[in-house]
Amino acid sequence: MLRRRPRPLPQNPPPGTVLAEARALRVVLAGRTVLDGVGIGVRAGEVVALVGPNGAGKSTLLAALARDLPAAGGRVAIAGRPAAEWGAAELALRRAVLPQAAELRFPFTVEEVVRMGRAPWAGTGAEEEDDAAVAEAMRLTEVAGFAPRPFSALSGGERARVALARVLAQRTPLLLLDEPTAALDLRHQELVLRVCRERAAAGCAVVVVLHDLGLAGAYADRVAVLHEGRIAADGPPSAVFEAEMIGRVYGQPVEVIKHPATGEPLVLPIRDGRNFAP
Amino acid sequence: MSTRAATAAARPRTVPVVLGAAMTAALVLACLASAGTGAYDIPLGDVVGSLLHRTGLGGAELDRVGESVLWNVRLPRVVLALLVGSSLGCAGALTQGVFGNPLAEPAVIGVSMGSAVGAVASIALGLGFLGTWTVSACAFVSGLVTVLAVYALSRSGGRTEVVTLLLTGIAMNAFAGALIGLGVFLADNAQVSQIAFWQLGSLAQATWPKVLAVLPCAVAGLAVAPLYARRLDLLALGERPARHLGVDVERLRLVLVLVVALLTAAAVAVAGVVAFVGLLVPHLLRMVAGPGHRFLVPGSAVGGALVLVSADLAARTAVQPAELPLGVLTALVGSPFFFVLLRRARRGRGGWM
Repeated sequence: MLRRRPRPLPQNPPPGTVLAEARALRVVLAGRTVLDGVGIGVRAGEVVALVGPNGAGKSTLLAALARDLPAAGGRVAIAGRPAAEWGAAELALRRAVLPQAAELRFPFTVEEVVRMGRAPWAGTGAEEEDDAAVAEAMRLTEVAGFAPRPFSALSGGERARVALARVLAQRTPLLLLDEPTAALDLRHQELVLRVCRERAAAGCAVVVVLHDLGLAGAYADRVAVLHEGRIAADGPPSAVFEAEMIGRVYGQPVEVIKHPATGEPLVLPIRDGRNFAP
Repeated sequence: MSTRAATAAARPRTVPVVLGAAMTAALVLACLASAGTGAYDIPLGDVVGSLLHRTGLGGAELDRVGESVLWNVRLPRVVLALLVGSSLGCAGALTQGVFGNPLAEPAVIGVSMGSAVGAVASIALGLGFLGTWTVSACAFVSGLVTVLAVYALSRSGGRTEVVTLLLTGIAMNAFAGALIGLGVFLADNAQVSQIAFWQLGSLAQATWPKVLAVLPCAVAGLAVAPLYARRLDLLALGERPARHLGVDVERLRLVLVLVVALLTAAAVAVAGVVAFVGLLVPHLLRMVAGPGHRFLVPGSAVGGALVLVSADLAARTAVQPAELPLGVLTALVGSPFFFVLLRRARRGRGGWM
């Protein structure tokens, strides 16, 4: 009763398998309907960006896909099974979640925090990969340099990368990342999205909440735009980034131009020039 | 901040092993010293000899008086100090882990006084439905109610703020104090002196039946606690991340609250409210060996036992032939430490308070 029972380990899903899915999802928080009629599917091998204005329901959708929040209506499935049917330990082998803010109650070191990501695999055959997984996660996020330092002594951006390293060390086929780039400098924002692409290339499904439409356009296979608790558009960036719709959703006129070299769509707010005189 | 980083950087993985071995060795020595020291001194070699003799490993019997002093007076007391100390240390480490707060400790947050209410009630009302286990059982039940109440009252939004926790503890201690006062009011003269003496926190009336009375609570709690150490580490990330890593947070919390109530009841039922051991020991160990609970939980049990055996030895030898109440001694030494902690919390070291 006190020890963990041995469990069947998840097989690596073939590319294209739907790893997280919401159908007609409705989520109610404190009496307010935050999500309504949301449908989305995320497949192994793709990066899906959730974008939208503040309060549109991005983090709520991510939390529902992570089974942090119960569905008031509709259904959520993770790895092909209704979310509610998974046990906590089994689910931890299949999806990893990066929260918006990383906190830590005691002065654990960076390496200890990253190693916590291996906890779900304790007592399974994959335990042998622990050291390799921790080292790889720290290398990818460039935190190996301060591995022995206490987490509490790091800057906000460093903490965010350590939290991401912990999530990567968990080595699950589904990654749910809530604003992983919020506290990061330009270089590390690119680094994190490159890591997302690499994980997708390795067969993972990656869902990432982003504020920066430029990053979403450059790295995501699909962009889902949330607006007032519904999905306003869902598709490849070139189809979704359309000036009228983006302008309406954000309440800010924008123009969409093609990058002169790569041709990827760039969303730019329409500004009245640099004339700030009254 | 830089000194903190330096300590952590210089913290190799062997530190917990060395520290654990050193504490265990010191504990064995303290136990032998405590068994031999007192109004009737027994040399260390004779103590060991008698222990070996009784366990059938050779050695030699002492004379009649020595044998009686050692086996009927000293050893029950040493064993009781071991049980109470390890229970207090372990309960402290668990409480801090569950609340995610290094200032949480059964006595500070009111759980010890809550347990005391049950113990006083059973003495004052002359209850005896479970024989020698009655006081422990009553202390356990009222301690459990208290720890659940403190937990429910001091948390909001999945977090326990230091101020809320301490204020809840103050309110709980005041309420429990009033109930104990009521118990004293209802008790007759003999019961009143029994309660008063017990409340100061003392091991003076240690007997083997008393050891047996707390043994089940203490052993059960100490045996279960280390099984949850790794999950306590994950809880430091917050409740949601812990759940994402496969921890059944609700069950973890429930089990550990039960264990804390068991351990606190074991300590309080015999020794009254002995404060600050559960605060001081895990804190010092965390500073030296890091916050990992796989060392901290069993380490705090050993450390708590070491502190209590030593404190009891000091309490009964410092002002011979009189004896200091143990609770008074630990509070005298522990309170200044608590002030230091509060000051450091105010300076906000890295936001982990």
